[in-house]
Amino acid sequence: MNPLLTFRLALRALLRNKMRSFLTMLGIIIGVSAVIAMVAIGEGAKAQVEKQFAAMGTSLLIVMPGSSSSGGARGGFGSQPTLTWDDLKAIQTEVASVKSAAPVLRSSAQLVSEDQNWTTTVQGTTPAYFEIRTWSIASGSGITQSDVEGGTKVIVLGQTVASRLFGSGDPVGQVVRIKNTPFQVVGVLQAKGQSPTGQDYDDGAFVPVTTFQSKIQGGLQKYLSGTIFISAISASDTARAQAAVTGLLRDRHRIPNGADDDFSIRNLTEIAGAQQEGTKTMTTLLASIAFVSLVVGGIGIMNIMLVSVTERTREIGVRMAVGAKPHHILAQFLVEALTLSLLGGLLGVAIGIGGGAWLAAKFAWPILVRPDIVGVSVVFSAMVGVCFGLYPARKASLLDPIEALRYE
Amino acid sequence: MSKSHALLELDAVTKTYHLGDVPVQVLYGISLRVEPGESVAIMGSSGSGKSTLMNILGCLDRPTSGSYLLDGRDVSRLSRGDLAEVRNRTIGFVFQNFNLLSRTSAVENVELPLIYAGVGTRERSKRATAALERVGLGNRLDHHPSQLSGGQQQRVAIARALVTNPKLILADEPTGNLDSRTSVEIMALFQELGESGITVVLVTHENDIAGYARRMIVLKDGLVKDDHRQEPVRAIPETAAVPEVKTA
Repeated sequence: MNPLLTFRLALRALLRNKMRSFLTMLGIIIGVSAVIAMVAIGEGAKAQVEKQFAAMGTSLLIVMPGSSSSGGARGGFGSQPTLTWDDLKAIQTEVASVKSAAPVLRSSAQLVSEDQNWTTTVQGTTPAYFEIRTWSIASGSGITQSDVEGGTKVIVLGQTVASRLFGSGDPVGQVVRIKNTPFQVVGVLQAKGQSPTGQDYDDGAFVPVTTFQSKIQGGLQKYLSGTIFISAISASDTARAQAAVTGLLRDRHRIPNGADDDFSIRNLTEIAGAQQEGTKTMTTLLASIAFVSLVVGGIGIMNIMLVSVTERTREIGVRMAVGAKPHHILAQFLVEALTLSLLGGLLGVAIGIGGGAWLAAKFAWPILVRPDIVGVSVVFSAMVGVCFGLYPARKASLLDPIEALRYE
Repeated sequence: MSKSHALLELDAVTKTYHLGDVPVQVLYGISLRVEPGESVAIMGSSGSGKSTLMNILGCLDRPTSGSYLLDGRDVSRLSRGDLAEVRNRTIGFVFQNFNLLSRTSAVENVELPLIYAGVGTRERSKRATAALERVGLGNRLDHHPSQLSGGQQQRVAIARALVTNPKLILADEPTGNLDSRTSVEIMALFQELGESGITVVLVTHENDIAGYARRMIVLKDGLVKDDHRQEPVRAIPETAAVPEVKTA
């Protein structure tokens, strides 16, 4: 007997009791659709969080200067400048796992355009910063290396600042004043949105680090009174880069073994990792719920298949009398159970995707249907059918043809 | 296999059932030969063992002791699967209550043995159609059993028994559920099959049905009490032209 024929016979047997078959499948349908919809919503949320972390920059390390300590009162990190410009150069050139590094000096300052003003954070940095943050220019151009070397008075605005100062007009080519020094606006950055803590990335302006030192901070300094942003060569190299930079800075600052660092390094990948850990827990939870509901669905299938075998005892007897071997009968009922569960699984996938899309549309949630979860759900529901169909099918195949023919 | 061997050859066949711990012997040593092309009626009152003998002859059951050669092959010790194959290839069954699959068309019912014989779709439908035409139901191919009269249902069952070209047709009280006029029609069909060379063994407790056979075997208390040949009564349907009325 070929498999296609067996499948067709199974389908026909199931169609004879449409309502019963549907109710039997319901357990599997609900289990699978719940998994698909929940995972789609969970993945959508995860993707959104990941996007936020990606906005902060991937494989990002932030080096902050150490704390000051005077009379027992200890300031926080950054209260004492301990990083030098030579440290930055060393990080850039001596650590293999570092792709690029950029200084960031910050100061709150008032920006004045022709008829507006806006107080924001002005940051002095180098072109590498934008690369590290994966932050591109929306219009105009960015800060160039020659701007940094020449200390030119150019400024790049974040979207928020641009709209505060110039409204809907084009800021590129306009002039803004900071502490009475005119800066030419050369570009506007892409909108970057908010950080996970609610800070508006777009509320800021950038000038070349040299210009920042001479015009905003005042006077060249030996110490780098800000932070250093570093990107590792890949996300998986972040931890290695962190260790290497720590070792390098301890050497350069001549910190003896056992003593505390006079700087600190923040690793944003760690935060993202914790986030993913949480998602993983969630996924495990969902998977166990799915497993339970599928097992319950499987028991429903077994129950109905047992009823079906009893009801069709005479049919089994007739089939055996005309030459069906035990394995033919086994296959027939097994394929029926498989068809029930597989059909339930496929319907569940359709309802899950549809339901997820509906929820997404209704509550504006992002959803992400993962093909692997869909595949696993379908395969798993098929397995449930085979496992729970085996006992009734075996029972049918072991019937005595004489008894079966006599069954009323 | 030479032409000379018998189709059925039973030697000292016994059958004992175990009802719990109690052994119940039903057949006490049956020996008989049936040659190809014979038409045999097995008679006996209820409890005589005729149903048990029928099950053994039909390879639905195995004897407790003794040997049974079907078409020269010892089938008394075969496995369930092998017995199924023997039934499929060599034997056609006709039952008292027809045993057709409900909600399944006549042609699909007749195709059933061919499915297990591994015959392809087109060939199956061709042979099933031919078998139904042979029993006079060429115009009822797609009718379901519930749409057919008792006589017609039994014809479908006979077509199903014939479709594999078996050497033996085993009929268990084939007219038990039919009125006398329809019974004659069915017996005429069996006689026709017997004349075409198929061995027909029918089990009955009705004398006039047994009268249509060439040989009568009477069982009593698990033993052959009588075994004789007779001039069969010719089964002549009253008026073949009258259409059958749906009885079910």
